[in-house]
Amino acid sequence: MIHPSPSAAAGRPSTGALLHRFANPGRFLRLSRWLFPLLSIAAIVCLAAGLGLGLFFSPADWQQGDAVRIMYVHVPMAILASSGYAALALCGLLSLVWKHPLADLAAMEIGPVGAVVTALCLATGSLWGKPMWGAWWVWDARLTSVLVLFFLYLGHIALIRAFDDPQRGFRAASILAIAGVIDLPIIKFSVAWWNTLHQPDSITLTHAPSMAMSMLVPLAISFAGFALGFAALVTGRLEAAILEHRAQQILTRRAGARA
Amino acid sequence: MTHLPYILSSYGLTAIAALWLSIALRLRLKRARARLAGLERAARAQERRSP
Repeated sequence: MIHPSPSAAAGRPSTGALLHRFANPGRFLRLSRWLFPLLSIAAIVCLAAGLGLGLFFSPADWQQGDAVRIMYVHVPMAILASSGYAALALCGLLSLVWKHPLADLAAMEIGPVGAVVTALCLATGSLWGKPMWGAWWVWDARLTSVLVLFFLYLGHIALIRAFDDPQRGFRAASILAIAGVIDLPIIKFSVAWWNTLHQPDSITLTHAPSMAMSMLVPLAISFAGFALGFAALVTGRLEAAILEHRAQQILTRRAGARA
Repeated sequence: MTHLPYILSSYGLTAIAALWLSIALRLRLKRARARLAGLERAARAQERRSP
């Protein structure tokens, strides 16, 4: 005998039903119509303020000099590369377990943005490393694990497009996304587990930040700007993917009617 | 400011990538909206014509 869940018994929609309620493409398009411009404007405002403060008003580091200003681009990219991949894995889970209608499309659109963000994290890190360490690249645990993350993103993008049947591609990519999550704690704790050239985290959940407020504020605003920009790009790309999917459905229906 | 080329390259690269993603998205959205509107218009016209 199947017992109803407490929420269903109380007349409330279950988690699965709630997920599907927010997965309706029509509802998403209505949401995206106002959310996309709002996120875009908020991102531009935050980026202008955060990067402006970081470039022109924050102090130079006593040890690194002005090269520390690369941090206002590099650190948000590093955080977004990891959190973007976590979102990708979540989409994979939603697709495999709950057959969420938008999860596959969302994963397909997060992948390329995440790959660009990870590439930017590696490139800006390299540009920061050269004047500080005297090398563009070292096979350091942090750098190598982020490079692996970049390859995971590329693998995900390639797998989605590798099959004639798109469902098989989505399924394979979802499995890769979920398996690849193992790289995220390695990235996070690499500077603690191994002796690395990369500096340890300046901001942790358990300790006060080892950074002056005059640097922390522009960094937080820049991060908010890049995060909002990431969200805006993914929302816009998902809207485009839904519209393309609808157009394809009309064409398929028309071809079916002619046959 | 000896680190200026590194700083400018970092910000420039990020700006180029952000602009490229934004412009590509704008064009894709415009194309997708126009294509869907055209197909829906054609489908509606066909429905009206058929008895």
